[in-house]
Amino acid sequence: MNLAQLQHTFRSWLVSASDESAQSLGNHHAGLAVYQNNYRAQLVGCLEQAFPNLRRWVGEEAFLAASITHIDNHPPHAWTLDAYPEGFYATLREVFPRNPDVHELAWIESALNEAFVAADAQPLALEVVAELDWDTAVLQLTPSLRCHALTTNAEAIWSALWQEALAPEAVMLEQAGGLLVWRRQFTSRLRQVDALELLAVQQLQADGSFAGLCEFLVQRLGEEAGVMQAGEYLAGWLGSELIVGVSHV
Amino acid sequence: MSTSNPHFSGYGLGLRKEHYCDFLETSVPVDFVEVISENFMVAGGQPRHILRQVRERYPVALHGVSMSIGTAEGLDGDYLKRLKALVDEIEPLFVSDHLSWSRIGDFNSHDLLPVPYTDEALDRVCANIHQAQDVLGRTMLFENPSSYLAFEGASMTEWEFIAAMAQRTGCELLLDVNNVFVSASNHGFDALAFLQGIPAERVRQVHLAGHSQGRDILIDSHDSPVCTGVWELYAQAMTRLGPVATMIERDDEIPPLAELLQELAMARTLGAQR
Repeated sequence: MNLAQLQHTFRSWLVSASDESAQSLGNHHAGLAVYQNNYRAQLVGCLEQAFPNLRRWVGEEAFLAASITHIDNHPPHAWTLDAYPEGFYATLREVFPRNPDVHELAWIESALNEAFVAADAQPLALEVVAELDWDTAVLQLTPSLRCHALTTNAEAIWSALWQEALAPEAVMLEQAGGLLVWRRQFTSRLRQVDALELLAVQQLQADGSFAGLCEFLVQRLGEEAGVMQAGEYLAGWLGSELIVGVSHV
Repeated sequence: MSTSNPHFSGYGLGLRKEHYCDFLETSVPVDFVEVISENFMVAGGQPRHILRQVRERYPVALHGVSMSIGTAEGLDGDYLKRLKALVDEIEPLFVSDHLSWSRIGDFNSHDLLPVPYTDEALDRVCANIHQAQDVLGRTMLFENPSSYLAFEGASMTEWEFIAAMAQRTGCELLLDVNNVFVSASNHGFDALAFLQGIPAERVRQVHLAGHSQGRDILIDSHDSPVCTGVWELYAQAMTRLGPVATMIERDDEIPPLAELLQELAMARTLGAQR
């Protein structure tokens, strides 16, 4: 067996723990068991660390079962363990198909983790804002920003769990909304927004044009209300340090 | 062509989250700190900010766990690029990783898996070290890992492999005394033969750590104080190596900083006696 074959066989042992791979590696049962345990324990620990509130929400036993399903079906591929929790969302949708609260809690924790180490960016200074030509301004949102549709009270559940308070029961929202996650200085932030603000942020993320945002809102709210809403959103986003750069078309 | 790292004979600790405040707000009596490179190979945020602040106060050694120098394939270009960016910013005392592998194909085990001590593996490891040192533009240190199995068909001992690796690539060594102790116990070799077999002049750094007793073998757990046997082996190593940068490595069950400093004082005492 050459080096590549040996390493592929070792991979098979870690992923499947098959007798065949153990035999090919020389049946070093005690040693192979240590590597097998290290591999799985590290991945379980990684998921536990990434989703502490989700774990509390579904319970340790259910979380461990979902983790094992994920580890069995999705061996890690990236050089960094930080990337491993990203795929857990898809596994949770399979394991808990009727629990959108679980999916949305997972999204929240994953987004908070990503925002924590996203690229640094300085918020746009107010002096710059005062002199902008709004007809041609293209706004740049912070690289830490993540957006997602929200159908349940997952934000309220997460906030309660984070504060170690009694979490409310999961319910569907009367009107679907959205979630924004970003980092302000060194602290990750989570905010629930209504569906229109989510669409407006996504519009700006895709296009950047403030004039385009106004047009988007005017189409939905009418001329006067649309422009006014664009101004209100802009003021809020600037205050929250969501906007970090500007250029002109 | 990379040049040798300077001789540095201070005493340090692994920097862990639990002690960030101690290192940033007080004057901790260490000569350097070591951080896990991958924890800081991120785009931005608090981790990089803290590392910059720590670097202003202490020399920093970068210690990696994911280079996978023993992989049968070439190294991961994205990984090297990110490590290079961190090295350029931090200007570390040392850049080290392990003589092990973790990646094959699209799989990454995130564990330090054992390399077979064969001519083929030596060729591959040396080619990978050349690639890493060329990209980083500096000489790296490679650490002997703890291992829990030995592959059949080995054509040399671990220390012969390490000596040949250092001779062929110019790389330097991070001697983990605990890992020598653990592997010697698990595989039944003589730890002193290991110390005699590696090129002492290439050792730039020493790790000391604790291990635990598994059901059948010793486990390199880094969750307990350095044991008597490892201290004795360290004393023997220092006789052979002379002054060399030494640190305590604790990754789990992190105690208050004072306890680690007490262990480090023991290392200083033994180091001074040699």
